[in-house]
Parts: sequence; structure tokens; C-alpha cells
Amino acid sequence: MLDTVKRGVDGENRAGPPVVVRDLRKAYGDVVAVDGISFTLEKGTVTALLGGNGAGKTTTISMLMGLIIPTSGVAEVFGADMSTARHRVLHRMNFESPYSDVPMRLTVHQNLSIFARLYGVIGFEARIRELSASLRLDEFLHRPYGKLSAGQKTRVSLAKALLNVPELLLLDEPTASLDPDTADWVRSRLEDYRRETGATILLASHNMGEVERMADRVIMLDRGRIVADETPATLVQRFGRETLEEVFLDIARRGGRHDAETRS
Amino acid sequence: MTSRLLEPQTGAAATVRRIHAMVLRHWYLLRSSGPRALEMVFWPLVQMLTWGFVQLHLAQTTSLAAAAAGLFVGGVLLWDILARSQLGFAMAFLEEVWARNLGHLMMSPLRSYELIASLVMVSLIKLAVSMIPVVVIAYLMFDYSLFSIGLPLAAFFANLVITSWSFGLVSTGAVLRYGLGAENIAWLMTFLMMPLSCVYYPVTTLPVWLQPFSWALPPTYVFEGLRAIVLHGEFRGDLMLWAFLLNLVYLAAGVALFRYLIESARNAGTLVHMGE
Repeated sequence: MLDTVKRGVDGENRAGPPVVVRDLRKAYGDVVAVDGISFTLEKGTVTALLGGNGAGKTTTISMLMGLIIPTSGVAEVFGADMSTARHRVLHRMNFESPYSDVPMRLTVHQNLSIFARLYGVIGFEARIRELSASLRLDEFLHRPYGKLSAGQKTRVSLAKALLNVPELLLLDEPTASLDPDTADWVRSRLEDYRRETGATILLASHNMGEVERMADRVIMLDRGRIVADETPATLVQRFGRETLEEVFLDIARRGGRHDAETRS
Repeated sequence: MTSRLLEPQTGAAATVRRIHAMVLRHWYLLRSSGPRALEMVFWPLVQMLTWGFVQLHLAQTTSLAAAAAGLFVGGVLLWDILARSQLGFAMAFLEEVWARNLGHLMMSPLRSYELIASLVMVSLIKLAVSMIPVVVIAYLMFDYSLFSIGLPLAAFFANLVITSWSFGLVSTGAVLRYGLGAENIAWLMTFLMMPLSCVYYPVTTLPVWLQPFSWALPPTYVFEGLRAIVLHGEFRGDLMLWAFLLNLVYLAAGVALFRYLIESARNAGTLVHMGE
């Protein structure tokens, strides 16, 4: 998939972990979305960010992209504070989410070529051909994005996310609303990408099967706080459960009981 | 690894490349939709025809209107330069919000000043698409050539488009910060300016207390300048200079406000759910 990838030192900050989060907090008035979390992502790892709705996953990812400024604490990517210096490193990362689209009336090729120009991909036509072949976009490459099925749109979104061969890939529920076959296929492509490039992946997901398959590590959030941070296997073992889904439910329901106790 | 695959991310060439990408995106959109391009011509054409016929009627009944041929058609054409340019600017931005594409753009290497520059260029392209057919039809139907104004037309044009960008920045910044609920600002701002800018009548027509507000708007100087040319054959350089100075203030304020609203949107978290 990555024939055009050339490896080598390019003078940018390579030392240290790609992502460092320290005491990160985001509050909207009285509502605390993320409450003083800290973690580090090592190069080449896949980390899953889990939690129920409103646990703080999307806010955390958004702070890592520099789209949200934290109330306090630091989100660093490749050594750059994403609040103040995100443009130093944005070309080295990318993200994919079914909740963002690209312009509907433009064809897939037009959309990809625009993003390739924004990222400054050298020889982008070759890169688009390469991605088109590996992600099976050929049949609809010149069709408007708005006329594609959900599965096809996800493949385009993935192609957009991989255009610049990102060293850090942020994925927000990448397989949501896909049928099991297509979702499995997308996971395989992401695994291929990680294997071929050594990229670091942060994955927010509600699909526990996906997390068990892809993630080396799980960070579980509950009401903006980290309540677990370990490998999927260790987590399952520690909770005395058989699957990650059971652990997820335990933590979610424990949170619910805690809410009830607090209210009473 | 990545930088070996990518062009340098800083410097003039990178900026030009990213602005080009954004302009290309809107060019593709414009090219893909005939009805969209037709609509851009439709409203200026309706305005021009209406005021053209009003002027024909008045020319037949009053000596002033007969002597001042072009007052209304000239006014409406210049007004549409302002309105279409501002709408072109705001619409180009709103397209990104409606397409739920803003998140992708805001986390790409595109800088905010490059986004502004691309919106400026797109507004000029859309202005050309809107106005060239209308200017030609005005000449064919009412024997009025906008170019009969001569060189002052360049000063009028420059002042009007700069005003449109300033107001475009404020309306798009408001959408960034307050979401699509603020979308109407994009439509209302220009049209609220119309009565105060004295497009079809002199500033002295307004109540005395309202006149300072009118003189605070750069387009007022342009339309007074048009009347000076049409009625007295005189180019008022002083009016254009005042318009230009005011425009510099408005543009600087517009850019500052836009940047402030982006930062404010990053603080409030509104960029993330924009368009959803």
C-alpha cells in the first residue's frame, strides 16, 4: 500500500513519545468534560480510548487535534503544544471519523486531490492511485462523494486520513454504522497501515470486539477521568470477566450506581 | 518519515499551495452545479432589470432622471458588486459548515489567514460569474455601460469589495463561534447596510441624526462618488480616500475579530460539532 513511502530522518522532532497528555482538563462552565487526565502514547502502538457517551473521548481527541483549547493541562503531539503550536505538527497527523464528511458534490478524486494539496503530498496522483487500489476506490473514484454508500464513504474517509502517511492517526469510531464485513475490512486496512508504517494510533470506539482485536492498550474514561489504563487482557483478567464488553458494562454500571449514591 | 513525502509546510510556496487547494475546491463545486451558477446571476439580474425599467420610466417623466441616465442602473450594479462579493465570501465558508468539512480543514495544515485569503479569491470568482452577464445585459437593454464611469470604477470596485470582505469576516466568524444559528447574520448584514449606504439617494435625504452612521460606512462614499460623476461629471478623489481609510479600519477589525472568534470557538468547543 505504501510504495511511495520513503523512510528517513527529516530533522523534525523524533525523540520521545508522539503523544504526551498531562493533567488535561476541559470544563464548559460547571460541566467538566475531561477532568485532569494524563497519559503517554508510545510510537507504533494502538491505544483505545473507551467510555460511554459523554465520558470525554471526543473532547480528548479534539484537544489532541488542537480543535479545543484545554482549560488547563497540556496536550502535546510530537513535542508541540496543540493549544499554541499545532501548525508545527498537523501535517504529521490525520484523523478519521464517520461524523465528519468531505464536500458531497465533489468527486472522490477531487476531494482527495484537494486534501493532498493541503497536506502538500509530493506526487499526489500516484498516492491517490495507490490508496485507490488498496482501499478499492477505483470503481467510484470519479463519482460524487454524496452519492456513495456508508461503507464507500468510510473508505474515502480512510483514504483522506492516510493521504499524508500520518505518523499519528486519530480515529473516532471508525467503523460506526458499517456492516460487519465492511467493518472487518476497514480494521484489516488499519492494521496493515500500522504494520507498514509504524504509525501510532489512538482509537475511540464503542465496539469492544474491535478494541480487543486492534488495541495494545485500553484507556477507559468515565465522566472525564481515567478509570483504567492497561492492556485489554489485563483489564479483562483484573475484573474477572471474559470479555472487554463485560468490563465496559461493569465500569459503566458502577458509574451509574455511583451517580445514584451521590444523588441520594 | 512523513516530511520526506510532503512538500515543505512553511514559506510562501506552501501558503500559495494551500490557498490554491481551497480555491480549487470551490471551483470544482461551482463547475459541478449549473443551477448554482444560474442562481448567482438571477438575483442581480432581477434587481438590475427592475431598476433599469424604473429609470426608463422616470427618464420619460422627469428632466432630472433624464439628465442623470445611469443613476439607478449604475447604483444597482455597484450595490450588487458589494452584495455578491460579501455573499460569495460568506457562502464559500458556509459551504464548509454545511458539508461538515470544517473539522477536516481546521485540523489540516491550512492556516486561518490562508482560509481568509481563499475566501477572498472565491468571492472574486463568484463576483465575476454573477456580474459579468448582468453588466452585459445592462448595456444591451438600457444602453448603460458600467465602464462609462471610466477609471473611477476601479476605485469604486476596490472599495466595495474590501467592505464586503470585512463584513464577510464578521459574519463567518460569528458562525464559527456561535454555530449555524448565526447564519442569518451573513444574509442580513449586507442588506441592513443598504438603506444606510444611500445607494439610490444622497446622504442628505436621511434624517440628520442618521447621517453620521451613514458616513461611517465606506460604501456611502462610493455611492456619493457615483452621483458626483453621473450628475456633475466630477470624480471626487476625497470621497474615495475616505472610503479607503475607513475600509482599512474595517478590514483590520474584521481580521482581528475573525481570529478572535476562531480562538473563542476553540475555547468553547464549537468547531468540533460545526454543521452537525
